[in-house]
Amino acid sequence: MAQKITIEPVTRVEGHGKVTIHLDDQGNVQQSRLHIVEFRGFERFVQGRPYWEAPVLVQRLCGICPVSHHLAAAKALDVIVGAGTGHGLTPTGEKMRRLMHYGQMFQSHALHFFHLAAPDLLFGYDANPAIRNVIGLIITPEYKDLAVQAVLMRKFGQEIIRATAGKKIHGTGAIPGGINKNLSLEEKNEFLNGPDPMNIDKMIAWAQASVDLLKDFHSKNAAFIDNFSMFPSNHLSLVREDGALDLYHGVLKAVDSEGNVIFDGVDYQNYTDYIEEEVRSWSYMKFPYIKSLGKEKGWYRVGPLARLNTAKFIPTPMAQKEFEIYKAYTNGKPNNMCMHNHWARLIELLHSAEMIKLLLNDPDLMKNDLVTKGKKVSKGVGLIEAPRGTLFHHYEINENDQITKANLIVSTTNNNQPMNESVNFIAKKMMNGQKEITEPMMNAVEIGIRAYDPCLSCATHALGKMPLEISLYNENDQLLDRMKK
Amino acid sequence: MGLFNNLFGKKLPVETPLDKVQDTVSSAKEVIKTDIQKEVNMSNKVKFIIDGKECTAEKGMMLVDAAAENGVYIPVLCHMKGMIPAGSCRVCTCKINGRNMAGCTTPVDEGMKIENDTPELTELRKTIVEVLFVEGNHFCPACEKSGNCELQALGYKYQMMVPRFPYSFPPKAVEAGAGKIYLDRNRCIMCKKCIRTVHVDGKNVFAFRGRGAHLEINIDKTLAAKLTDKQAQEAMDVCPVGSILRKEKGFDEPIGTRKYDKHQIGSEIEKVS
Ligand code: SF4
Repeated sequence: MAQKITIEPVTRVEGHGKVTIHLDDQGNVQQSRLHIVEFRGFERFVQGRPYWEAPVLVQRLCGICPVSHHLAAAKALDVIVGAGTGHGLTPTGEKMRRLMHYGQMFQSHALHFFHLAAPDLLFGYDANPAIRNVIGLIITPEYKDLAVQAVLMRKFGQEIIRATAGKKIHGTGAIPGGINKNLSLEEKNEFLNGPDPMNIDKMIAWAQASVDLLKDFHSKNAAFIDNFSMFPSNHLSLVREDGALDLYHGVLKAVDSEGNVIFDGVDYQNYTDYIEEEVRSWSYMKFPYIKSLGKEKGWYRVGPLARLNTAKFIPTPMAQKEFEIYKAYTNGKPNNMCMHNHWARLIELLHSAEMIKLLLNDPDLMKNDLVTKGKKVSKGVGLIEAPRGTLFHHYEINENDQITKANLIVSTTNNNQPMNESVNFIAKKMMNGQKEITEPMMNAVEIGIRAYDPCLSCATHALGKMPLEISLYNENDQLLDRMKK
Repeated sequence: MGLFNNLFGKKLPVETPLDKVQDTVSSAKEVIKTDIQKEVNMSNKVKFIIDGKECTAEKGMMLVDAAAENGVYIPVLCHMKGMIPAGSCRVCTCKINGRNMAGCTTPVDEGMKIENDTPELTELRKTIVEVLFVEGNHFCPACEKSGNCELQALGYKYQMMVPRFPYSFPPKAVEAGAGKIYLDRNRCIMCKKCIRTVHVDGKNVFAFRGRGAHLEINIDKTLAAKLTDKQAQEAMDVCPVGSILRKEKGFDEPIGTRKYDKHQIGSEIEKVS
């Protein structure tokens, strides 16, 4: 008899998700799906609002990476106020925003890896949830220093955000056409030469140590990491025009699983010529795909894994060195192993720290020319590489400056199909022939999702309490069993 | 029309056209203003007591202004010094000689005993602020006025953690086609300050329309189109909330540098003493 197992995790902000696993009458996994049952409606309720409100309004979508939404919206509005795409801003405007963004990357990547992913890796995904969390790291002597570092790295990134956006969370720094403040000398000195450990040199050292930790862990657990979830896919991200990794601005590039270029050098103002979104009846989250490849073959991954697959090099020395080691592992070919997202993430963590130091030493940050504007137009698209991947903001306004249309493709949406693929991969590997769902099975599914996205919903159990509900249905959708914990 | 026939003691012909009535209202207001002024100029100083503190001011001065001159802050949203009092927000309610009265419409007099900073009045004022919040659609996080907003500042002053009353989420339209002004009725607290202060060609740019629960602020688009940048900024500044905004001016004042980021509302008055 065919059965359907539903894992209903998560209760929080971004991405109330549930997983359904359909078994056939042999007990083998037929199909698995990650359903996103959230509906937040931001695209609808910004309509009618004045365009300059968008960067502060829409960032409320997220409590982990609001800066990405803040900046993507501001970038779209730069176009609308005639400041152009990307490099149209004053040097102070662009560099302050970059500093904000790299501060955000640094804190978010630290949070994602240490607070949400590391406990699974270091303790094992079948470990007792009571210790499989960041508190568990703190109380385990072996990992105590690491946990403290993680907290301070996050704090450092948040302080950078505060200095650039006015607040650690949900600030107002970026405005259409520029930024509303520069960096003071005191702030600059604090970040460069603050008392140990709160200075950028220490952060770079800790970021390097994090990459080393991951490499060490990988060398001892290569089979587990590599095979946890692996499937070929296309990869998409922004890259700098010369192919370098650039998390703030660039052109759109996509490669296939073998590294063949699908498109490159695309001005993202024209993204709708290249990307389309499909609606499926069983999820509120849309499924984007590359138009030229069609719905079936056109889905792609975004995020650290994808970025290190599209970029040719990293323009900071320490991260570049790590990039070369990382690329050598797959012989220069795209990396399709989901858990390598974490490896790529930590290389980006290092790159972000290096970028922060470069920017802090740039005198442009302290200048006063903050905003630039030109001839207003009615449509603007802003893209940015958010911690979890490419983020699209698209706005249109009327003659009264009101937003008439907004389209947001968030990183999680871009990764919708890949997360489904991961869930399916893990379910097939672990559930075939099983009659009931087990704790390690449930954890593995969540770890698979968390490799892409740590959104609080998926991460709730990181503090030891997983509001997980499993429902078992027969082929007629009758509930056979339900397990809660 | 009957209502207007005996306006401020001026007899009007029964068939007086509306614009004539409005002219008469304006001139009547001027009369009141000059009368108040005359009275203040002619009279002597009076002594009165606020919360045990002996204060002195010109007789006839409105209590909120007189208190401010003596370094006592009485919160008020619908009044500014020099403005004809409206008494619309009631946040300035004080106990004057034992009775609750609006401080912005009550002239001071010799020997007046005023209670201002008492737990009872604080509770009353907090309640009014809470009601103002739930009567509109106030989403501070995305409001340009946040940090400069008097209503928000009073919310902080009175430690309004959560509103005790149910939100009414009234459907309110915005007016985005009024020249340099973006009028967001979601945030209007009906204080009438804009009506009393913003004029073009001697005419009010703002006015109320509707009645009762349907009362709302409105803007004359033709007059608004004539506002200079300076006037538009003044209109935005006079509005105690984020209802009147200057177009394309958003968030260029960083967090931390805004008026009430730096000090609590009223503290500049209390420092005077
Ligand atoms: S728009 Fe502002 S100033 Fe005018 S009545 Fe409303 S709150 Fe008062």
